[in-house]
Amino acid sequence: MNFTLKIWRQKDAKSKGAFETYKVENISADTSFLEMLDILNNNLIHEGKEPVAFDHDCREGICGMCSLHIDGRAHGPGDGATTCQIYMRKFKDGATITIEPWRSAAFPVIKDLVVNRSAYDQILQAGGFISVRTNSVPDANAIPIPKADADESMDAAACIGCGACAATCKNGSAMLFVAARVSSLAKLPQGRVEGARRAKAMVAKMDELGFGNCTNTGACQAECPKSISIAHIARLNREFLAAKFED
Amino acid sequence: MSCFLCNSSVGKKLVMSVSGCVLVLFILFHMSMNLTAIFSPEAYNTICSLLGANWYALVATAGLAAIVALHFIYAIVLTLNNYRARGSQRYEVTVKERGVSWASKNMLVLGFIVVGGLALHLFNFWAKMQLVELTGSHVNSLGYAPTDGATLIAYTFSQWYYVLIYLVWFAALWFHLTHGVWSMFQTAGWANDTWYPRLKCIANIVATIVFLGFAAVVAIYFAKSLCPCCAGAC
Repeated sequence: MNFTLKIWRQKDAKSKGAFETYKVENISADTSFLEMLDILNNNLIHEGKEPVAFDHDCREGICGMCSLHIDGRAHGPGDGATTCQIYMRKFKDGATITIEPWRSAAFPVIKDLVVNRSAYDQILQAGGFISVRTNSVPDANAIPIPKADADESMDAAACIGCGACAATCKNGSAMLFVAARVSSLAKLPQGRVEGARRAKAMVAKMDELGFGNCTNTGACQAECPKSISIAHIARLNREFLAAKFED
Repeated sequence: MSCFLCNSSVGKKLVMSVSGCVLVLFILFHMSMNLTAIFSPEAYNTICSLLGANWYALVATAGLAAIVALHFIYAIVLTLNNYRARGSQRYEVTVKERGVSWASKNMLVLGFIVVGGLALHLFNFWAKMQLVELTGSHVNSLGYAPTDGATLIAYTFSQWYYVLIYLVWFAALWFHLTHGVWSMFQTAGWANDTWYPRLKCIANIVATIVFLGFAAVVAIYFAKSLCPCCAGAC
């Protein structure tokens, strides 16, 4: 398969970026999207040109490192999948593919397609944890947890913090990310104890970092590679408002 | 506690949700009141008399104006925040996300149309009714009694351009409510995956009832103006 790639190139955070067009040829349909970019970079290196910088790590959809806005969609043309799980058979032979970095004020571009997502780390540091003394591993059945609660918690815990929610949201809101982290802990007895403090601290940090306000469009859940529901945002709203009214 | 309603994103959204809820309830009341004009102009005028320049009507009007202002100002503040959060560099290519309604992404524009329609409505009716009573006058600029709402409706909607503008206004309100009604439950935290289809269905029903209720009065009075016999003049 042959493709024309229109890729955002930006030297560094301070430079002005622009799109550049590249051709890749003889790509197997079973090549992953990131492997296709690897092939492009090999070609660029052989030509003595600067390779395209892009984030990647595990390449199996669990680390949250890959990003990319491909043809207008976060993580490209697949539902419930990260960029590394997209294969070139998803595209038509001869297609022009536009590849952009996440666009959000809280995710500034560092270089080419790489953005700084440390804002999510800062939100987690504000309250996305439980404060317990870590001794030996407790017995698995020591604290009984209803199956429905455990399932909901696990659904929320599937969040890999990739940033697709804020990158897709027309408001640049990180509510789905914060909601997933608050929800996954709030549904478990270990996390319930600090639920009020966590919701307040994480929302405050999210606001401080300049993320936008959720207007319930639902675009985040449509593009989330882990298909996390906005029902978790409703729970975050409940947790936050209950905590504030208790103050 | 008051701070988070001004400072935090979730708090500001709660203000939007609660003020929006009050406005939806008022709109339903107003629509029900208007429907009496179809069945009995006399009954409608009686309601107009009850809601003239009485103290309770004035208090309610002032409260309503404050809530409209609050909803509008918060919408502007939130949208400006969101615009900044989105950043100056926008995507070259965008596509419509699955399951995302057009209304949900255009609430501010729809809100501007609703506010514009409201301004025209205040000029057409409030300025010729309650305001006239407040100034102590017994007759409005058109020569009608300020409590004769039915005649004012008949006069206004005998003009085709007002009919058209009001129908556009109601259509914008329909779109605004299809997102706004279920969204206010989500913002208050009263929603989950089981209830989303139900809440969205309720929102569509409320929006459609509001549209049809208001549009019926406009359409019927316009039809009466085209066909005086329909109005019992023959």
